[in-house]
Amino acid sequence: MKNQPKARLATAWLDGCSGCHMSLLDVDELLLTLADRVTIVFGPLVDAQHFPENVDVAIVEGAVSSQDDLRLAQTIRENSKFVIALGDCAVTSNVPSMRNSIAPTRLLERIYISGATAQPGVPTQNVPALLRAAIPLHEAIKVDLHVPGCPPSAAAIAHVLTELLEGRKPDVASAAKFG
Amino acid sequence: MPNRISIRIDGELVQAERGQTIFEAAQSNNKFIPGLCQFKGLSTVGACRLCVVEVQGVNRLLPSCTTPAQDGMAVITKSARLNDYRRQSLELLFAEKNHVCAVCVSNNHCELQAYAQRLGVTNVRYAYRYPKLHVDMSHPRFVIDHNRCVLCTRCVRVCNEVEGAYVWGVAGRGIGSRIACEMDRAWGNSASCTNCGKCVQVCPTGALAEKGFAAEEMVKRQDLVERLATIRGTMNPGGPR
Ligand code: SF4
Ligand code: SF4
Ligand code: SF4
Repeated sequence: MKNQPKARLATAWLDGCSGCHMSLLDVDELLLTLADRVTIVFGPLVDAQHFPENVDVAIVEGAVSSQDDLRLAQTIRENSKFVIALGDCAVTSNVPSMRNSIAPTRLLERIYISGATAQPGVPTQNVPALLRAAIPLHEAIKVDLHVPGCPPSAAAIAHVLTELLEGRKPDVASAAKFG
Repeated sequence: MPNRISIRIDGELVQAERGQTIFEAAQSNNKFIPGLCQFKGLSTVGACRLCVVEVQGVNRLLPSCTTPAQDGMAVITKSARLNDYRRQSLELLFAEKNHVCAVCVSNNHCELQAYAQRLGVTNVRYAYRYPKLHVDMSHPRFVIDHNRCVLCTRCVRVCNEVEGAYVWGVAGRGIGSRIACEMDRAWGNSASCTNCGKCVQVCPTGALAEKGFAAEEMVKRQDLVERLATIRGTMNPGGPR
């Protein structure tokens, strides 16, 4: 065990509330095992600025809603062996999809111009353009495992990570559900 | 003609009553078949396609809730193929409307959500449609949210067959179908709704709910309506179909 090379784990936060990352941190003593056997190479939990190469497992939270989300999702797929859609936003597009029946231009005008109380104007600097619709991760890239839930329970995440560390493909159907 | 017939369900020889559907025969022998549109005591429509079974000698799958059990029939209720078709039906229901379980009044008390988990649906392989749909809040006590409706027509049937008020119908065609109140008026303007709430209680999803409940709070009381519907069925065998 000791000399086994550590697995390279990345996490990503697209259009979600970070609740899935919270649930990931909620796996209690499994964190100790993870610390021994896994290196976290990207994500909100570490400092890395660019998504690295040769990632073993990438865990993605959030729907694909903007140009930036789409580019990151594509990089994740290119550089990762196994991609997990974690939580309902990544799996179904969930709450972010509630904007999908309204065109982005109309949505932004409603919020930032007619709905603004000061400085009306749609922000364009340093914010990525919205996609026409917020889509689930598997509509943007190939996904190897879906773990639904809002958020998925810590037990479901722990099960997934434990199975992967043992080299098995996790069966999440009984442990995870929509909502 | 004897009133008892014998059929084979998943290889096991069981007794059923003549006139029972395959679904009812399975249920009275404690064999589980999933079903979303079926509701005990109401007429059957075969709308949801979850209850499909394989019948020996028949090439296509048959909805068990509308197929009469016949003496000597051999039925398969569980198989990889059936599970596949049932999952597809569920996924199509999710893709067709806007189900956002996390913020739904029926989260954790929903038959659609529960079947998805039970049948192992962890994602929807079809492209979501994201239709723009209406939420009618005009009724003083109840809400109909078309985003959550699976068009099972339980509400239509309970209102017609048990309450006798004939408030609900189905308007539109195909993918545009939706539940409509009377001649398509707001529910609050209904001339015949008695405010009995039966449609709300039998609705399998969060589409029909009582007002004043937040996410996860709407728990349906189906036992009472089921009892009324069953009594009606006993008093009036066959009932209006
Ligand atoms: S009706 Fe059921 S499946 Fe649809 S959003 Fe509500 S809980 Fe989820
Ligand atoms: S409340 Fe009763 S009468 Fe009114 S629509 Fe529902 S079932 Fe029909
Ligand atoms: S409103 Fe509820 S009971 Fe009526 S058809 Fe839709 S899902 Fe079924």
